[in-house]
Amino acid sequence: MGNVMTNPVLETRDLHRTLGEGADRVHVLRGINLRLDRGKTYSIVGPSGCGKSTLLYLLGLLDRPDRGEILLNGRRVDHANESERTRIRGKHIGFVFQFHFLLSEFTAAENLMLPMLKQGGIEREAAYEKACHLLRLVGLADKTGRRGNQLSGGERQRVAVARALANDPDLILADEPTGNLDFKNSITLFEQLQGLAHELNRTILVVTHNRELAEACDATLSMVDGMFE
Amino acid sequence: MRQNILIAWRFLIAKKRAMIMSLTGIVFGVAFFIFTQAQTSGFEGFFIRTILGTNGTIRVQDEFQHTVTSMMVASQAGDNRFEIPLREGRTYIPGIRNPNQLLEAVRQFSGVEGAAPVLRGDVQISSGFRTEAGRTIGILPKEYLEVSDLEHQIVNGDLRVFSETPDGILVGTRLAERLGILPGDFLHLNHVGEKRRYRVSGIFETGIDFFDKTHTFVHLQEARRLLDSMERVSYIQVMTRNPDRAPALAAQMEYALGHYVASWQEREKSWLEVFRVLRISSALSMSTIILIAGLGMFNTLAIIVMERSREIAILRSVGFSRRDVLSIFLYQGLIVYLLGTVIGCILAAFLTKGVESLPIRIRGIFSTDHFLVSWSIWHYLSAALVAGVVVIVAALIPARRAAKVEPGEVIRGTGG
Repeated sequence: MGNVMTNPVLETRDLHRTLGEGADRVHVLRGINLRLDRGKTYSIVGPSGCGKSTLLYLLGLLDRPDRGEILLNGRRVDHANESERTRIRGKHIGFVFQFHFLLSEFTAAENLMLPMLKQGGIEREAAYEKACHLLRLVGLADKTGRRGNQLSGGERQRVAVARALANDPDLILADEPTGNLDFKNSITLFEQLQGLAHELNRTILVVTHNRELAEACDATLSMVDGMFE
Repeated sequence: MRQNILIAWRFLIAKKRAMIMSLTGIVFGVAFFIFTQAQTSGFEGFFIRTILGTNGTIRVQDEFQHTVTSMMVASQAGDNRFEIPLREGRTYIPGIRNPNQLLEAVRQFSGVEGAAPVLRGDVQISSGFRTEAGRTIGILPKEYLEVSDLEHQIVNGDLRVFSETPDGILVGTRLAERLGILPGDFLHLNHVGEKRRYRVSGIFETGIDFFDKTHTFVHLQEARRLLDSMERVSYIQVMTRNPDRAPALAAQMEYALGHYVASWQEREKSWLEVFRVLRISSALSMSTIILIAGLGMFNTLAIIVMERSREIAILRSVGFSRRDVLSIFLYQGLIVYLLGTVIGCILAAFLTKGVESLPIRIRGIFSTDHFLVSWSIWHYLSAALVAGVVVIVAALIPARRAAKVEPGEVIRGTGG
């Protein structure tokens, strides 16, 4: 799948993952092979418990596979140590979760500045400018100084999208990003996500239950029982 | 690092009330720790200065009696004989037989600032009004001033007059009150039928109630005549440069001189022990306040970790390492610690300064009319150390728990 002429941003080979112990042990992922190309949007759909989110966390280096390989920009990252994984996550991967998880004591702009300043190589003023620019892209130019608890649910999720873009990641992983929003806000957010991916040449992988949103992506992967159909 | 401190600060501010409670506990714990130490050390220091100023740091006293017997052992061949010394307990010959010789020897020890012979005896002291039982101390004024603070203990009269008057006498302030005498008056000392008349040159106050109530000073030569001891003295009073080293020096002297030698620490052991117990007891009590504040902080931080697990997870997912998360929570402890310790130290300084001028009348092992405090950087450092240990432990446990948060598990759990 994908364009074989370009180097993939992310690739997996025979990825396996089991969760639980003893009698509760479940083989969640059973040999996942995946290739994501730059600038494309992908969606993963499937019934609850089929392993979508587990796959997403493996790809985001928030979890480790039992077997198989994950390659980011051609480099194997699945067996990287803890600090290396942290560094890769901060620099190459952006996350959007079902819940925004903004730091409520920080303003929208500050929530974006934290990962930038943590990553380093940017002055505070420049980070603020960049945060304002990203918030403008998601339609929140006038909300930069608002704290998390002063924003609506849709606005918070858009801040979370902007935060995912803060360090110019190669890959954005979104787990049910519209799962907590009404239909109108879901459409707006998804269109913004897709528009940004194309505009900024980022790769986006979205896990969703929403078939309509999934089909709006460049490619849709359907998962059943830990495998792609 | 700056990001971590900022996050720590904002997390703290969000739990303002709980953190103010912990902060208050640390402030009062630190302040009262220092305050009580300043008081106990103040009284202890004054007591030590009083007894050193009166009794010196070391006393060379009774001579050891030779009690070593020996057992001769010989081989069957009759050669290779050797002796086994057997010490059968220690006995003493009261007083010092050759004071001048011993004085010379004592002055040879390094660290000795002065040594003075003292002849002491119980006497009846009579003025025109009444008679009191007491004790007289025969001294050589010039030498005695090197081993005591007598010069500064004269509250009425003149020490120079005493030095220049062979029949002069110095009388303790409480004794002078009881006898109703003043400088210039006469009194009699009576010892086993020998009665001599003296002119009061001055009144002294050492601060030790018993001493001031019973003691008088006369010239050594006068004491010899009165107490009928023309050669011996009771002891040699020694002043050393470093009072803390007195026990070691006393042990050396005892070994070298063959006399019983007591340091001021040995003589005042029971009182020093009382002060030590008081100091430890107050330190422990005040540490309990800090400990309770630490428990409060531990509780607050543990709650923050539980409540913030999602935020911690997102921080981890956007590039914050376990060490960053650990440091965020340790910084929260550090902020409370620094604020609490600084404010506590300032409060302690004000309290100590305030209590210093409070009147309190104490008569007994020493006398004072106001509170005694000691200003020592060690009290502040000790309080800071105790608070530091408590806060580090209180912050470290929740911080480690926060650092162990697995972002994947937390986020997956939240998603349902």
